[in-house]
Amino acid sequence: MTAPLSHRYRMGEMHRFGAAGADFVYMPQAGAIFALDEATHGVLARLGDGPVAHGDLVTALVDQGMPGSDAEGLLRELRQVRLIEAEHVVARAPVVDTPPEDFPLQALVLNVTNQCNLACTYCYEFGADKISTQTGKTKYMTPETAKAAVDFLLESAKGREAVHITFFGGETLMNFRLLKEAVAYADARAAELGKRVTYSMTTNATLLTDPIIDFLAENAVGVTVSIDGPAEMQNARRVYKSGKGSYDVILPRLKSLIAKHKTRAIAARVTLSAGVTDVVGIYHHLKHEIGFHEVGFAPVTTTDDGHDFGLNGDGMSAVLSGFHALSQEWLEYALRGQMHGFSNVSETLSELVVGTNKSHPCGAGLGLLGVSPSGDLSPCHRFTDADEHVMGHIDSGVDQAKRSDFLTRGHVGAKYECTSCWARPLCAGGCHHEAFVRYGDTGHANLHYCDWIRQWTDRVLDIYGTLAVRNPEFLERFADRKGLS
Amino acid sequence: MKHLKPLNAKARRIDADLTAIDAAAMEEDVVALQQAPRPHVPLGCSLSFSPGWEVDGTGGTAGLCQPAERDIYDCYVTCFWPVQMADHVNYSPDWASNCAAATKDWRSLDVVFP
Repeated sequence: MTAPLSHRYRMGEMHRFGAAGADFVYMPQAGAIFALDEATHGVLARLGDGPVAHGDLVTALVDQGMPGSDAEGLLRELRQVRLIEAEHVVARAPVVDTPPEDFPLQALVLNVTNQCNLACTYCYEFGADKISTQTGKTKYMTPETAKAAVDFLLESAKGREAVHITFFGGETLMNFRLLKEAVAYADARAAELGKRVTYSMTTNATLLTDPIIDFLAENAVGVTVSIDGPAEMQNARRVYKSGKGSYDVILPRLKSLIAKHKTRAIAARVTLSAGVTDVVGIYHHLKHEIGFHEVGFAPVTTTDDGHDFGLNGDGMSAVLSGFHALSQEWLEYALRGQMHGFSNVSETLSELVVGTNKSHPCGAGLGLLGVSPSGDLSPCHRFTDADEHVMGHIDSGVDQAKRSDFLTRGHVGAKYECTSCWARPLCAGGCHHEAFVRYGDTGHANLHYCDWIRQWTDRVLDIYGTLAVRNPEFLERFADRKGLS
Repeated sequence: MKHLKPLNAKARRIDADLTAIDAAAMEEDVVALQQAPRPHVPLGCSLSFSPGWEVDGTGGTAGLCQPAERDIYDCYVTCFWPVQMADHVNYSPDWASNCAAATKDWRSLDVVFP
């Protein structure tokens, strides 16, 4: 006989959720999702009232008709997965480990210009909350700088076979000539090195012409269009310097883009701001009336006082209920085996399929860097041309001290508030740039949207669970399609 | 896993790892006593080396290879658990002088007054 176990157990860290009549659990320490059986449900229910001794749990299970060895096996399984843990177990303090200095680069965002032909009132680059200091700096990236950036990317990618370049602005198409040169150069260099380069760009679509569209289609450049919805919403804040709205200018250009560019999905990226919160209406306009393949939404970034464009509590409630309604549509499509274009669900679901568990909210400063028109490196495009956030130069390489500081503060383990949050594997504290604008520190957790993130993650978990019960094949196909399996 | 059904890639990895651990545990000779199925324990061996805690395969002390009391003495001689034991190096070199054979004379071991 072996020594009897004298532990008392408590519940481990978990987020439980129910969907389609079944019981599930999301494990924040791993990012794992499990379906629970009735016996597990019973054990967790008992622990809900406080710690219970091992022997008492076994006895209770045996009384319910489970053989003793099976009861021991069940507790062992739950212990190993950490759904239950011994009462005295002390959680390990979060470790903030910065990645190695030679972390291979995967993507560069080239700010081909910091100039823009629009003057959107909420713009983080030009608006009230801007952090960039553009005075006296290069306005347009030169071909030499772009080529040096390409060389820097290919060299810093180390063993990676494929790298990605995103063209960004200002308004990207104000320097389209450079974009063309950069693509030609990068393709040639990559071919020499046996690597592949893929491309994407973001644009306000005002300057799209047929030759440009042809070029983008031929070179499979993914296009994301910043657009806020139907005319009245687009024209509310996406305006020219004169105050004139941009909807009528972009509409025919978008139709042409979507009709001719078939090599990549064309995505709309909507900024939600005060008065622009009709998520469902915006989606249907962009998806069905204009024809975008995917539509993604994000609330505007702003300081605490929000200016006149920030979303207040009511605005955020409207956004959330819109997200909820649209995600219900997404689920109904998925249950029929169809893909819906609301990309916020697809993105979160992709991360749940894998079980993503992030050390940092995004790839900024890790596998991704931004390049300003003058060749300064920054953690991402949102920090471009902000003196305080320069992280080296394409000629001299990454400033490792600044990079290390950025990544150390941005690590989820360094954000105290995140340590007890079950949604931290996906959120990791949220956007570095938003944190800086809001709290003056890139490493501050974005506390103003914690509830929102948890509600959203819970919503997508609900979709995940429902699909796991009612259409598991869809989840498998979704993973395959996204290259996640 | 019998009771949890893994539903994403991370959960499947945990499942695979635990299955591998179970498989390895059946082959290697160092195993956790708590795990099921239980490891093979020869009758008569002590499973735990904490003084006062030894039990044999039947839950008693009769079948141990050497009596439980012997371990207390061993702690003294080999400093196996010096914190609770008399210190035979510096302060209590004579603690066991009345105990020629631990199995017979263990009652002669006395309390140490520092």
